[in-house]
Amino acid sequence: MTEQAPAIELKGISKAFGPVQANKDISIRVMPGTIHGIIGENGAGKSTLMSILYGFYKADRGEIFISGRKTEIPDSQAAIAAGIGMVFQHFKLVENFTVVENVILGAEDGAMLRPSISKARKSLKSLAEEYELNVDPDALIEHLSVGHQQRVEILKALYRQADILILDEPTGVLTPAEADHLFRILDNLRAEGKTIILITHKLREIMEITDTVSVMRRGEMTATVKTAETSPEELAELMVGRKVLLRVDKKPATPGDVVLSVDDLKVTDDKGVHRVKGVSFEIRKGEILGIAGVAGNGQSELMEVLGGIAQGTGTITMNGRTIALAGRDSDGQARRRAGIAHVPEDRQREGLIMDYGAWENVVFGYHLDPKWQSGFLMRNTAIVEEAQGKMERFDVRPPNPKLAAKNFSGGNQQKIVLAREIEQNPDLLLVGQPTRGVDIGAIEFIHQEIIRLRDQGAAVLLVSVELDEIMALSDRIAVMFDGRIMGFRDPAETNERELGLLMAGIEGEVDGDEWQAIDRQLERKEAEEAREAGDA
Amino acid sequence: MERMPAWADVVLIPLISLLLAAILSALVILAIGENPVEAFNLMVEGALMRSAGWGYTLYYATNFIFTGLAVAVAFHARMFNIGGEGQAMLGGLGVALVSLYIPWPHWSLALLGSCVGAALFGAAWAFIPAYLQAKRGSHIVITTIMFNFIAAALLNYVLVSLLKPVGAMDPASANFPAATHLPTFQDMFATAENPLFRGAPANVTFFIALAACLFVWLLIWRTRLGYEIRAQGFSESAAKYAGISPARIIIIAMLISGALAGMMGVNTAQGEAERLVLNSTEGAGFIGIAVALMGRNHPLGVLLAAILFGFLYQGGAELALWTNIPRELIVVIQALVILFTGALDNMVRMPLERIFMALNRKGA
Repeated sequence: MTEQAPAIELKGISKAFGPVQANKDISIRVMPGTIHGIIGENGAGKSTLMSILYGFYKADRGEIFISGRKTEIPDSQAAIAAGIGMVFQHFKLVENFTVVENVILGAEDGAMLRPSISKARKSLKSLAEEYELNVDPDALIEHLSVGHQQRVEILKALYRQADILILDEPTGVLTPAEADHLFRILDNLRAEGKTIILITHKLREIMEITDTVSVMRRGEMTATVKTAETSPEELAELMVGRKVLLRVDKKPATPGDVVLSVDDLKVTDDKGVHRVKGVSFEIRKGEILGIAGVAGNGQSELMEVLGGIAQGTGTITMNGRTIALAGRDSDGQARRRAGIAHVPEDRQREGLIMDYGAWENVVFGYHLDPKWQSGFLMRNTAIVEEAQGKMERFDVRPPNPKLAAKNFSGGNQQKIVLAREIEQNPDLLLVGQPTRGVDIGAIEFIHQEIIRLRDQGAAVLLVSVELDEIMALSDRIAVMFDGRIMGFRDPAETNERELGLLMAGIEGEVDGDEWQAIDRQLERKEAEEAREAGDA
Repeated sequence: MERMPAWADVVLIPLISLLLAAILSALVILAIGENPVEAFNLMVEGALMRSAGWGYTLYYATNFIFTGLAVAVAFHARMFNIGGEGQAMLGGLGVALVSLYIPWPHWSLALLGSCVGAALFGAAWAFIPAYLQAKRGSHIVITTIMFNFIAAALLNYVLVSLLKPVGAMDPASANFPAATHLPTFQDMFATAENPLFRGAPANVTFFIALAACLFVWLLIWRTRLGYEIRAQGFSESAAKYAGISPARIIIIAMLISGALAGMMGVNTAQGEAERLVLNSTEGAGFIGIAVALMGRNHPLGVLLAAILFGFLYQGGAELALWTNIPRELIVVIQALVILFTGALDNMVRMPLERIFMALNRKGA
């Protein structure tokens, strides 16, 4: 124990939302000049705790001490005054303002903007030098990459004299290279004596960057340990409350005939932007093709065309037969008839009707099957029975078919979707972000089910922004960048660094100080894009 | 995890809302120097205590059931059909054409024919806004409300220039042939020693309305079309994922909605006036919105809410007849009921949810 007062000390924080106890008697001490990780499954109460610290919620009970002084934080203004800055998962930036305008927004010195802007410009310059936080102060936010937008969020907090920085799932949208850069920034901040709280569900990040880590489970703080004295396995066990297999067990693939063949597929979205710019690949029976890439590089659109949600041009054959890419026969029903099942990336917007009961959801998309019809009416009792069976086989909890989908946890919602799609025994399964927002315990189960379907001879197309997941599940990996496939790799012969470079659109080796080179390349690309946008 | 039991949602909230509306109405009546208790007694007396009163209450309720169901069906597809008024006008025109130009041998056949005519005309009037919404993205609220005005103008033209018998003074069609006249409640239930429903306009169409409630319930919760309509209403993106065509669902739901609104014309034109008069809908298309809101878009709720509004209409007419309370005040009372049951729903709901949550916590 040091003599120093902790930068943040929470004592006995409790918060309930109705009958749900989101935080139960939580106490935590964060020492100044350290990076403190908070890890836990979705719904463990991490975000609630941070919202209390940032003044969005008022705790039912408990006290907050900042640098040893008891502090009331009724709103975010008070949090900022106490030196707390927050970088949200979803950035809160004005897209058509410049960087410097965003930085001073809400912290203007007077009615006239010019003095504040020039002051901010100066301070941005020094911050950039101090912490490697370089961003062009006059660039419009909408022209910046996600990584740079995040830097603006951090700059905003630092400009407001924050000594304590809270980052909520900061790497979810970043490439590995961008994440590395972020960690270097955090390192620099720590060296300058700033205190950082990092909320994440990625064990690797915790191990890499934090000094201490607190684990939350079901609203309680189950442990606080020194990072150097723990292991990913131990943390996972603390998070879930039981031993977890972090590795996926799978036999080598035995690919058969070609099931799906895609040739020169192009997709243009509603706004006329080319999202997929000529993609070709094949998937064979009994094989999982994983598509890696940072979100927004055309993977979603590729899945939507294959799933019959969007239209495209090119040639796609399924079991040797051409399938329509536009018009009536390109809808989801036609795809299902062709033997394609689809676990969509966004289960809440697409995969499920959140207000429907689990039973109504287990036939969603297959509700026209004569099995569920008798005359004009639907065979509701038979559907409820089917739901009961599926929920049992896929361990959906609670196993109550009448409960609305929105009342299940993320993992259990995903299991309902998977049960529906996998039990159709499709020739091809499209899976998008199968474990996004899913707790660790359920991830294990979902991965096993996908591999089991492969072993039964189905072809699987997996899209995920989690590189770990792609590496663990895929038999072949394709990396997408800017609507194109940058290359195919064998998961046994590649590594995260190589994939990370491909994900950033860089082929081949990079000499010298690697990250700086990547950064330069990215910046050049960005400038090009900004110019293109300006031309258009 | 439910915030409060289902019965509180469907029974308690509307009752409390009604009570609040009643209290406020009482204050308004007090303010103009009348006695609210007397007024309330008069309304109940006039609308519910005599069979003739019920005959009027149920006649109005029949209109509101049709228009309420119309709004409810469209709402399940997340379409706000406020064109019930125009669709009902066109429905009336359908009834008039069918009744005037087809020689029906018996009222029962005429009833079937006019139901079909009313439904077709109402659906056709809903089709254009539905098509524009589905294919062109023109907002259904804007187009349906514009179609109300077009319907009024169209009906005016048709009645004055085409259907009005030569030499007649008022803009109305000729009287329908006697064979098309529908049996009223008086015809059906009155006996020599027990003259029930004397002079009241409630007629056999009320039972068609009850059948329509059952039909809508089956459609929405038991058929695959209803499954698709609700899916589209809850989440268009999910519907697309499942291969349900949003355009198709929008058009079909609006056709059904328009048909239901149109069938109100059977009650007003064939059942009551026995000819088509100008403005026979009397705003019932708009009351349907309140009825659907209050009835939570469920046929049973719509039925109960329609009867309540029927009571308000008939009771209001009694008030205007026997007291110095002006007719406009009745509209105020109706508006208060709509305000509390529809627009201010959350005002009652949120405190009630809090009470139930506190009770749950104590119980747990």
